[in-house]
Amino acid sequence: MTALTSEHITMPVFHRLSNAHRDEQIAHIAEAARQIRLQDLKLVHYAGAGHIGGDLSAIDILATLYGAVLRITPETVDDPERDRFILSKGHIAGALYVTLAAFGFLPVAELATFLKPMSKLNGHPNRNYVPGVEANTGPLGHGLPIAVGHAISAKLDVSRRRTYVLVGDGELQEGSNWEAMMAASHYELDRLTVIVDRNRLQQGATVRETNDLEPLDQKATAFGFAVVEVSGHDHGELLDVLSAVPFRPGKPTFVIAHTHKGHPISFMSNNAAWHHKVPSAEQLDLALDELDAADRQGGSA
Amino acid sequence: MTDISEATQSIADRPRYDCRNAYVETLAQLAHENHRIVGVVNDSVGSSKLDAFKKAFPDRLINVGIAEQDMVGVAAGLANGGRIAFVSAASCFLTGRALEQIKADVAYSNRNVKLCGMSPGMAYGELGPTHHSIEDIAWLRAIHNITIVVPADPIETAAAMRWAAEIEGPVFIRVSRMSVPEVYPEDYTFVPGKAVTLREGDDVTLISNGTVLWRALVAAEQLEDEGISARVISMPTVKPLDIEAVLQAARATRGIVTAEEATVAGALGGAVAETIVQNHPTKIKILGVPEFAPTGSAGFLLDRYGMSPEGIAEAARTLIT
Repeated sequence: MTALTSEHITMPVFHRLSNAHRDEQIAHIAEAARQIRLQDLKLVHYAGAGHIGGDLSAIDILATLYGAVLRITPETVDDPERDRFILSKGHIAGALYVTLAAFGFLPVAELATFLKPMSKLNGHPNRNYVPGVEANTGPLGHGLPIAVGHAISAKLDVSRRRTYVLVGDGELQEGSNWEAMMAASHYELDRLTVIVDRNRLQQGATVRETNDLEPLDQKATAFGFAVVEVSGHDHGELLDVLSAVPFRPGKPTFVIAHTHKGHPISFMSNNAAWHHKVPSAEQLDLALDELDAADRQGGSA
Repeated sequence: MTDISEATQSIADRPRYDCRNAYVETLAQLAHENHRIVGVVNDSVGSSKLDAFKKAFPDRLINVGIAEQDMVGVAAGLANGGRIAFVSAASCFLTGRALEQIKADVAYSNRNVKLCGMSPGMAYGELGPTHHSIEDIAWLRAIHNITIVVPADPIETAAAMRWAAEIEGPVFIRVSRMSVPEVYPEDYTFVPGKAVTLREGDDVTLISNGTVLWRALVAAEQLEDEGISARVISMPTVKPLDIEAVLQAARATRGIVTAEEATVAGALGGAVAETIVQNHPTKIKILGVPEFAPTGSAGFLLDRYGMSPEGIAEAARTLIT
């Protein structure tokens, strides 16, 4: 296998498209997501490691957030009034790095260092090295409490800044999430949005057969959240819901984003084997071809 | 050297104080001075004596309920939003229950969070080993990027808190519940990473902190009566350790006794032992708690594990004879 080098870095740089027609925003997000997928597949193949299944499951959510929702740009990355995005499922660091590079937070060339000795781009994100990372996540169940703490600080500041946290569905088996959800509704954190990457697969099996979350919507409702269900690969639905915070005054929002691990690659999609499997050269070519075909058909979703 | 020789009475005869009172007074002062300071608790308003703070700053006491993992994560999130979070919780639950949050969300993420371990060590006495917090220091010592402070009296507790509020970064401070006499003068300034030589001596060195420090001072008084000259070093910062003070003692005296309200495995005694073994091997006796303690008050248990003044003096005597 060839090692990851700068010739494998093909990511064009996008910008946040906030003041545009919805259709334009959606097309912008779709193209960003497609390019992020192309780059991320190469990254994982040539680096020889990564969590491609979970990456692909969450990229449409990441592209929507950075493409048009989050009030944060490379220039405002340290602004105290910026929106916060906390990636709780830190193992999809590869997807986050590519997204941050796609939107100018990180030099695109730096992606070539992914997982290499002394790289800033560790297998899990480190805020001390990577601009745009809000918390050093990796162990599961940490992001939601941190998001709740930030949302409380924003409330104390009487600020309009919003807090978004992306959690995996398997991750919700960690009890700390539910502690944090109780606090979120107790403190009426209606500018906090929890996004669940509901791909129904965890490391080696389905969530259902491991430790079922259902009825997840009812559980979140019982914990005091306004619950919304969307297709996590439909940029329009994601854009509409994630922009509509607070969804219910006085209540934090719980977005169940239905996704497929490995989406939209035919042989990876909804297949637990692709949690952290590395695509071979042939599989990479097949996957890249599928994404290019998706482009010709006018979108990856 | 801090001069304590003016005291005509033994330190053992001075009035005793619960450091939690100094903690709450200082926290309220700090909160008045700096709007960024908030308290974060796990239902521990009463046990942390924070009722008055809650009345003065109702919005700035974040009570997440009995949920320590969430408590430390929330503190890290508050720090992300620019707040200085003083987390107050029983040290056993704060460090044991939320250890991974302390590691990842606070230390590794380098967040400006001050973890205040209330009623640490043997403070809960008869409530037993579930509530004893003898492991906290050893656990946190293994984590990079967190300063560990074990104040010996109310004056040092307040001074350490003021320092912690001023600097940016993770700090763990133990806030003792067991009553202690004042060891330091009122104008004491806490210097992180620096030992304080409370008493000079050439025969043997006693290194201590927290609630055991005054007992070490009384032990030195007893040894002096026998003609044994004991150096007493206060080591409020367990991490980073004042290596030079330890090595000076190792070179200048015939042995070192460490004594603390903590486990014998990996706390102050372990830190001192690691230092001398690698730099200037000398005799050492580590006094602490070696097991899940039986039923008894905190004072009874400290005495049982050789940390009465007599016990510490005996350890020193055995070491150099």
